[in-house]
Amino acid sequence: MSLDKATVARIAALARIAVPESQQEALSGELSTIMGWIEQLNEVDTDNVEPLRAVMPIERHWRADEVTDGGAAEAITANAPKAHGAYFVVPKVVE
Amino acid sequence: MGYEIQGNTGVWEIVVGLEVHAQVTSNAKLFSGAATAYGAAPNAQVSPVDAGMPGQLPVLNGYCVEQAVRTGLGLKAEINRESVFERKNYFYPDLPAGYQISQYAHPIVGKGELTLDMPDGTTRGIGITRLHLEMDAGKSLHNQQDDATLIDLNRSGVALMEIVSEPDIRTPEEAVLYMRKLRSILRYLGTCDGNMEEGSLRCDANVSVRKKGDAGFGTRCEIKNVNSMRFVARAIEYEARRQVELIEGGGTVDQETRLFDAQKGETRSMRSKEEAHDYRYFPDPDLLPVVLDEAFIERIAAGLPELPDAKKARYMEAYGLGPYDAGVLVADRTTGDYFEAVAAGRDGKQAANWVINDLFGSLGKAGIALENSPVGPAALGQLLDLLNAQTINGRTAKDVFALMFETGRDPDRIVEERGLRQVTDAGAIEAEVDRVIAANPGQVETYKKNPKVIGWFTGQVMKATGGKANPGGVQQILKAKLPPVEG
Repeated sequence: MSLDKATVARIAALARIAVPESQQEALSGELSTIMGWIEQLNEVDTDNVEPLRAVMPIERHWRADEVTDGGAAEAITANAPKAHGAYFVVPKVVE
Repeated sequence: MGYEIQGNTGVWEIVVGLEVHAQVTSNAKLFSGAATAYGAAPNAQVSPVDAGMPGQLPVLNGYCVEQAVRTGLGLKAEINRESVFERKNYFYPDLPAGYQISQYAHPIVGKGELTLDMPDGTTRGIGITRLHLEMDAGKSLHNQQDDATLIDLNRSGVALMEIVSEPDIRTPEEAVLYMRKLRSILRYLGTCDGNMEEGSLRCDANVSVRKKGDAGFGTRCEIKNVNSMRFVARAIEYEARRQVELIEGGGTVDQETRLFDAQKGETRSMRSKEEAHDYRYFPDPDLLPVVLDEAFIERIAAGLPELPDAKKARYMEAYGLGPYDAGVLVADRTTGDYFEAVAAGRDGKQAANWVINDLFGSLGKAGIALENSPVGPAALGQLLDLLNAQTINGRTAKDVFALMFETGRDPDRIVEERGLRQVTDAGAIEAEVDRVIAANPGQVETYKKNPKVIGWFTGQVMKATGGKANPGGVQQILKAKLPPVEG
């Protein structure tokens, strides 16, 4: 499977990564190589093989329904490029 | 209960499916230990996980899993022994990680069914496609500043159950009935408080139209923001009419997301949401699949309360109620409890009539919730006992009820203090009847030709006794004492 330039541009747009047109050709080649490798993996017959989710057996780890965090609005917004009061401030979103 | 849109080219019908987001009743969020309480100061209930800080790991709140299973069982749905959390990728400022953790290919709950109680007493099943767990996003405030949007992440990470119906709904009224029934079940289960004003229960409607009799589906639009019972019907009606006019005008319906504007009563396209419809779901590597064992599911099943459908059937069977009255009484757990307290050891139908007509009528007029009713079930039961023992008559009982509602006092005391006991002294009533007949010879003549005039005589005697005689008894005595009817 090969990816054309338009698909590369679309993937970049979905991922919010700026990819200038000059680089799209090269990227489409690289991504196509990766896809080819995955296709090669797909050739392995995995019928009757249980999916492996973790190499080590992991016990179920669930949280109790208890409030253990929060109450730190100042710390939460401390690294924001812009804050107003306890809110994050972002460029105007037009609905 | 058909719903048809008369177009220029023929008759159209609507096809509707609802996607409901129900906030799980829990103390902490789905993947963090931050609180979920409504109305907190901005960003006061945010953990680094909810803020999408790098290096933070989500840990699943087991109670939210239980609540989802509980809801699934309440919807008579399949519980999937294994479900998977996936990342739904899109960029929006109120979603700090750039993805929402949701369930996609493997939801925790599969197919179920919800039963609508139709106004004519029949029922109708609406299929449930699935229920899955997901985290809520934050809240954007667009109107606080002219050139910026403010973000509050308190809601970010709060557990939601997305409950998706099959496209089985055929009228706007059915959509409202579906929402009411779903809310009723959620409240019985205690898995969601169902508060639409606070956003605990939100509804999106998928609406399409087709020519009546067609089997296929038309192109659907997803209507967002249908966030009150009143708007559900209005949004669907508007959208269906828009689609019919569009198609008949030679256009085609685009599959798109539309926003319901409650103030204008119309839907409009949300073009901003169109671009990003490729969510590129993939299993969240931070979370293990949710594996449920039989003991876990059985324990939850054993703790389910009696649900509205079962309770309705019991009321019809045990109290002889009709389906409509039974449906009204089971809509809320508190309503059912109240009714059963009144009906215990008494006539169930009579209790239902007083609770539905007199009590609910008065509460509705006064805008008081049942929980704050000035008349408790014990007091209403006493009133029925007074009525059934013929201590007071039916008319007086209504007056006493009004006084109970006004003052919150016991019926016994009201009856005693105001001297409202029914006059059962036959001699006293007979004397009054004799007096009224003697004083009105003209009416007696009229009665001979028109026996309906007995009502007038009854009224006179009732008036003379201060309304405390038994009207049936008065009529009997009158019939015996008045001359025979001619012809």
